[in-house]
Amino acid sequence: MGMTMTQKILAAHAGLETVEAGQLIEAELDLVLGNDITSPVAIKEMEKMKVNGVFDKDKIALVPDHFVPNKDIKSAEHCKCVREFARRNEITNYFEVGEMGIEHALLPEKGLTVAGDVIIGADSHTCTYGALGAFSTGVGSTDMAAGMATGKAWFKVPSAIRFVLTGKPSKWVSGKDVILHIIGMIGVDGALYKSLEFTGDGIANLSMDDRFTIANMAIEAGAKNGIFPVDELAEAYMKEHSSRTYTKYAADEDAVYDAEYTIDLSALKSTVAFPHLPENTHTLDEIDDIAIDQVVIGSCTNGRLDDLRTAAEVLKGRHVAKGMRCIIIPATQRIYMEAMEEGLLKIFIEAGAIVSTPTCGPCLGGYMGILAEGEKCVSTTNRNFVGRMGHVDSEIYLASPAVAAASAVTGKISGPNDL
Amino acid sequence: MKAKGNVFKYGDNVDTDVIIPARYLNSSEPAELARHCMEDIDKEFVEKVQAGDIIVANKNFGCGSSREHAPIAIKAAGVSCVIAETFARIFYRNAINIGLPIIECPEASRGISVGDEVEVDFDSGIITNVTKGTSFKGQAFPPFMQKIIEAEGLVNYINNK
Repeated sequence: MGMTMTQKILAAHAGLETVEAGQLIEAELDLVLGNDITSPVAIKEMEKMKVNGVFDKDKIALVPDHFVPNKDIKSAEHCKCVREFARRNEITNYFEVGEMGIEHALLPEKGLTVAGDVIIGADSHTCTYGALGAFSTGVGSTDMAAGMATGKAWFKVPSAIRFVLTGKPSKWVSGKDVILHIIGMIGVDGALYKSLEFTGDGIANLSMDDRFTIANMAIEAGAKNGIFPVDELAEAYMKEHSSRTYTKYAADEDAVYDAEYTIDLSALKSTVAFPHLPENTHTLDEIDDIAIDQVVIGSCTNGRLDDLRTAAEVLKGRHVAKGMRCIIIPATQRIYMEAMEEGLLKIFIEAGAIVSTPTCGPCLGGYMGILAEGEKCVSTTNRNFVGRMGHVDSEIYLASPAVAAASAVTGKISGPNDL
Repeated sequence: MKAKGNVFKYGDNVDTDVIIPARYLNSSEPAELARHCMEDIDKEFVEKVQAGDIIVANKNFGCGSSREHAPIAIKAAGVSCVIAETFARIFYRNAINIGLPIIECPEASRGISVGDEVEVDFDSGIITNVTKGTSFKGQAFPPFMQKIIEAEGLVNYINNK
């Protein structure tokens, strides 16, 4: 029986010829990641282990990004804990304020994640690196601690759902609409314990930033990972950003999938997920007037350069609605710089939006845009759970940067074609 | 090993943001996290929960973030076991890794109501609804995970190796 792309990567890292779904394996790790919320717990756990430091100081990435720049004293203490651990263990890839970015935008940009890798991160959106053809998955702090100490992790080999993408998305339809459509179709537990494997000639019509967005939200369907084939565009991205050697894996012809779906990208419409689950999707054309109070454009899902370019294209020469707060957060320092050089920041500020330093901030209700009781927000982030961005009676509508920017202008959920 | 207690019952997709909202994640102290456990889904939970009580939910319990603070908060609040139709995979790993017993059992999830007294035998996987006089067979852990649980978590498991 053939193996899926994910199974092949796992087999290679477990030193096995073949693996099959359900098998428990121990795999060698190429990278272990943590942030300012999960790392302090991991560091505490690692200190209980009878080990002498970390397995490899070059294969650990520590990225304080959630409540950074420190939002309060307790957060500052957490960051201090991570910083001191990084110093003590001479961690190569610790990213201080000034060089940090939102972890899942930062690591590929720094060339730390490449095709064929096995990566664990104590952050659920670690699945993002599947866009480059890596197996990457979110874990908790104890798994992170064990990974930092031993360079290994146990996995139950997942089965997979295959998505064949065809066609070319229309002008304002992006990777966000693709993944929201998929989550709406299979549900927030539709891929529980499984891989999402993407194939098909439509992938050539998706930018790397689109693919990062799609892989990033695989977890919102319950998936263990999401993974894309390594094509010319992915190779060009890795050659530009990384000096590491990468390995291209492809699923066997006779690989078996739990289910297979074909999605014609040209037929997709702008899609919005209503409160309080990412599966509550509606296409823009079927949504009545919903007045909103705030727009957030950013996060590990949609804070990349393509996303900011789209938002700028919509906001250029326009102004956010009276009384609207529009918060734009470039995901890394490099993206921030590029947005500045391209004149995007000027467009945002002239439109009445604000631009923040990279941070996860409002996405998880940390800071930089918390919602009051009854407020509604259109956000390019990844979760719209109860209380996620603030008050338990506030509401989040998940959407693409194009829809978010257009909604900021009209003050209600809208698309660029409504302007 | 057994657990026995009264049941708090919840529905589908209980996410980590309602188990422990991110606004409290500037702390990683179990007792502090326990004070806000389930706050956004059940304001009375923290006042009512007694040591040994059991959470029963439907599908995809613990979906969302990778925060280990979620099972830590539940364990520190005194909960002895979580029974659900299914668990989100990161929550499942985290619960085992920190030593919070969890059991997947769709029949139990359907056959147990709020306030019922329930007993769970982890060796046999038998879940008994004492109040209703019914019992269910939960999914036993694979041997690999049993070893982690016997060691009371992943840290000890690695130390013992």
